Amino acid sequence: MTRRDLGLAFQLFFRSARLQKKRATLTIASLAWGTVTILLLLAFGEGLKRQMASNEQAMGSNLAILWPGETSKPYKGLAEGRSIHVRLDDVDYIRERMPDLDAVWGELTSWRTALAYGRKTVNARVIGTSPNYGDRRKHFPKPGGRFLDPNDEADKRRVVFLGNELAKEIFGEEEPVGKTLLVNNSPFTVIGVMQRKRQSSTYGGPDAQHAIISETTFKAIFGKDRLNVLVIRVKKPEEMDDALVRLNQVLGPRLGFDPEDTRVFGVWNTVEGQKMGAKIMLGLEIFFGVIGALTLIIGGVGVANIMYAVVKERTREIGVKMAMGARRRWITGPFILEGMVYTLVGGLFGALISIVIVTLLGLIPSEGNDVLEFLGKPTLSWPIGAATVVILGTAGLLAGYFPARRAASIDPATTLRYE
Amino acid sequence: MSSNGQVISMSAIRKVYDTGKVKVEALKGIDLEVDTGQFVAIVGPSGSGKSTLMNLIGCLDTPTGGTYRLAGEDVAGLSRDQLADIRNRRVGFVFQNFNLLPQISAFENVEMPLLFGGVPPKKRKERVEELLARVGLADRMEHKPTELSGGQMQRVAIARALAMDPDILLADEPTGNLDTSSGSDVMSLFADLWQQGRTLIVITHDMSLARRAGRVVEVRDGRIIRDGEAAA
Repeated sequence: MTRRDLGLAFQLFFRSARLQKKRATLTIASLAWGTVTILLLLAFGEGLKRQMASNEQAMGSNLAILWPGETSKPYKGLAEGRSIHVRLDDVDYIRERMPDLDAVWGELTSWRTALAYGRKTVNARVIGTSPNYGDRRKHFPKPGGRFLDPNDEADKRRVVFLGNELAKEIFGEEEPVGKTLLVNNSPFTVIGVMQRKRQSSTYGGPDAQHAIISETTFKAIFGKDRLNVLVIRVKKPEEMDDALVRLNQVLGPRLGFDPEDTRVFGVWNTVEGQKMGAKIMLGLEIFFGVIGALTLIIGGVGVANIMYAVVKERTREIGVKMAMGARRRWITGPFILEGMVYTLVGGLFGALISIVIVTLLGLIPSEGNDVLEFLGKPTLSWPIGAATVVILGTAGLLAGYFPARRAASIDPATTLRYE
Repeated sequence: MSSNGQVISMSAIRKVYDTGKVKVEALKGIDLEVDTGQFVAIVGPSGSGKSTLMNLIGCLDTPTGGTYRLAGEDVAGLSRDQLADIRNRRVGFVFQNFNLLPQISAFENVEMPLLFGGVPPKKRKERVEELLARVGLADRMEHKPTELSGGQMQRVAIARALAMDPDILLADEPTGNLDTSSGSDVMSLFADLWQQGRTLIVITHDMSLARRAGRVVEVRDGRIIRDGEAAA
């Protein structure tokens, strides 16, 4: 289209399309509705995705949790079915031999351990581990507290870090940090309470309900250094598979099992779960997007419908313009323009309404409301906006294009005959 | 106006409408020549083919056979847009039912062909004002067609037809929807235009209008059966 064609299309549009207000309003409303639908669906999808990601990450990312088990292959004269035990010094051995790991730690667990404060006694899980567990397992202390540090470990200090729910159960409204409580009848000082977090996956139990002490202290108190679980963390998700193979090669000769024996450890590779979660979310987003797009297309069909009616109504006018020398483009241009104007205005209204709704929903406090916490906050993002613009633009163009083509195919000779 | 010469030259023009099942031969070989400055009335009963003839003369339709030159230009094989340009420059249409665009003012209606012809805005304004003054509607420029009488609407339509200073003015039953007095106003306007050197072709049943023409062509069954001076 030349500039003249475009200019003429605009002039003709403003001249002949003194819009029928009711019709225009309804058409624009249907498009606005479609836009709101797609934007809200995508916004909820995005919110859910972010929420799920953060729920999943509440346990930490790029982790593999390994439960020591039994061998399934004979090794150097040892029969299969032998129990393999991993101890604290094995963790140091792994750390030396596999420096590329982000971290490795062991966890010693004492189930249902009595924690007593004043007259109150609560049975809970106590875990002995190393200070690098804290950040990587997202055990962030509330202000005024801290997690275990290397000195606690070196000095076998009797300090404890509490899950927030456990802390509340023991101390109620009291401030736990600095207080002394009895763990298995030994006095421990509370050094920190975990910040509240929403966690969707656990091993052993929710982080909010356990107590963490130093592994060295654990060994001294409970007299045990056989790990319940061994955890490794890689720097990048794609390194996990190699790291697990390498771990077997490092531990096999030391603990006496075939490095090829993949059944020695029960392994939970969270990277797999992260991948799966991402796929599910993508599927969910596509699903939401398709529903939204279909709704929007219904709006587009509405526009096309109106435009067809307009073409039909203006058949004689179109014939007259053709008789006066209008080229095809000057006939089709205003119709395409009209379709696009409807779409644009409808889309803008829809976007505005969606932004208002999303903003208002964002203002509702979700703390303590399980449903809202699970759903997350609906979030509008640039990709969502871009996708909507593309769909809306396509709908608008098509809605104008087909009726315009019909208009251009009008035969002036037939139209202008006597009634 | 251009010097005296042939503005319309048709030879052996045929038009067949193919409706799929039936072929209707609306024109069966028309030879017609019109010189610049002539006032021709085309008459004939309905179904005679005179509307088809008008569509062909006005380049709204193309003939099935024969050759047609409009102002020396052969219209055979031209694209729709090329035909549109020819209509814009060379043909001014006046219809029985006026065919003004209802939502826009008289001014904008007359301006429309100038818009298609690419005339710059300032010149458009001058031209439209001049034309509406000429048809006696200088004071009705901003009125919409619905606010005008039938005679006034037809005068707006005539102004519109003259906008691009066309080679021929083609009128289809221009007085058919008018009462006697408005009809005779329009007829006088045509007579004036003729006197000023315009080429006019009018299709009509109205014998009083046909009598004003210098030449009457009678069409029947797709053929010209009479072509000559208007009967006195």
